[in-house]
Amino acid sequence: MSDTSYLVAFIAVAAAATFATRIIPFLFFERHTEHPLVKHLGRFLPAAVMALLATVFLQRSGNWAAVVPGLDAILAGALVVGIHLWRRNALLSIAAGTAAYMLISQTGVFEVALVS
Amino acid sequence: MNALVFRLTLPILFGYLPLGMAFGVLFTTQLDYAWWAAPLMGVVIYAGAGQILAVSLLAASAGLLEVFIAMFVLNARHLFYGLSLLGQFRKAGWKKLYLIFGLTDETYSLLTSRTRSQDTLHELDVDFRITAFNQVYWVIGCTLGALLGRNVAFDSTGIEFALVALFIVLTIEQLKALGDAFPVWAGAAAAGVAMMFLPPAHQLIGAIAIVTAVLLLQYRSLRAKSNAEGRSHV
Repeated sequence: MSDTSYLVAFIAVAAAATFATRIIPFLFFERHTEHPLVKHLGRFLPAAVMALLATVFLQRSGNWAAVVPGLDAILAGALVVGIHLWRRNALLSIAAGTAAYMLISQTGVFEVALVS
Repeated sequence: MNALVFRLTLPILFGYLPLGMAFGVLFTTQLDYAWWAAPLMGVVIYAGAGQILAVSLLAASAGLLEVFIAMFVLNARHLFYGLSLLGQFRKAGWKKLYLIFGLTDETYSLLTSRTRSQDTLHELDVDFRITAFNQVYWVIGCTLGALLGRNVAFDSTGIEFALVALFIVLTIEQLKALGDAFPVWAGAAAAGVAMMFLPPAHQLIGAIAIVTAVLLLQYRSLRAKSNAEGRSHV
């Protein structure tokens, strides 16, 4: 197989596999939309998924080898929670938390303590 | 309406541009394929972690069956997303196929968290635009990264935290809308368990499987309770 035809076949297969994971529930459960179990999951699953995505990605953005492990992520995350509970403006909370995290990771303020 | 959609998707712009660029840079610096394959993958595959995995599979010239299995397993969490959108997408008509195609973590988060009016068709139109805007950001990121390669000058280290912040904000919004903290604590606990016992590549699907099982148990106990109450009223 030539390089280009391998690449095209590769992309087609990867696209099919990804699309399959997204469409399968619609193919097999469409008829059960009104089932109370499906409604129960529809109501509660999004909140649960949001909380687990937040937890997993917060952990992954933390520097766990720093002086205070994970302080960068925990501080920025706490800032997002605090500002959001205070003003309830999604963009403001996200911008503030992201700016704080960028400042911390670009200046390395929490790593300085180790050297001095 | 586009102004509203842009405002809703702005946090995703901040996340998808740098992440798409990271993928594009990885693609051109690690592989010998033409640059345009990177944006093409953003158009037809459209999966963040999936595309980064695809770079290493391409570098290894992996077999196509292996590619299918690896991509399916990595994206398996999407199986659960559709379950909670069956009703919402029902009347979407021709837009439905694209809404399903574009169901990334971030798009799912926005579509299930935003407040909706009674006008179903209008809301589905907004859903459709949100999905399309997000994919455009992603494809622009992939393109820029692939073209610029190593010459990316702007120090955007840490900007991808915008997606973490988005998930935190949406968790708070879900909590307020539901008025029930149980799913939030269950989700966080499931993530904790998965992170302790599973390698990073399987943590998300593991956590989603655990929390779905917990919600099933909750459903059973709620039903048992309401059945018992139903009988006592007779």
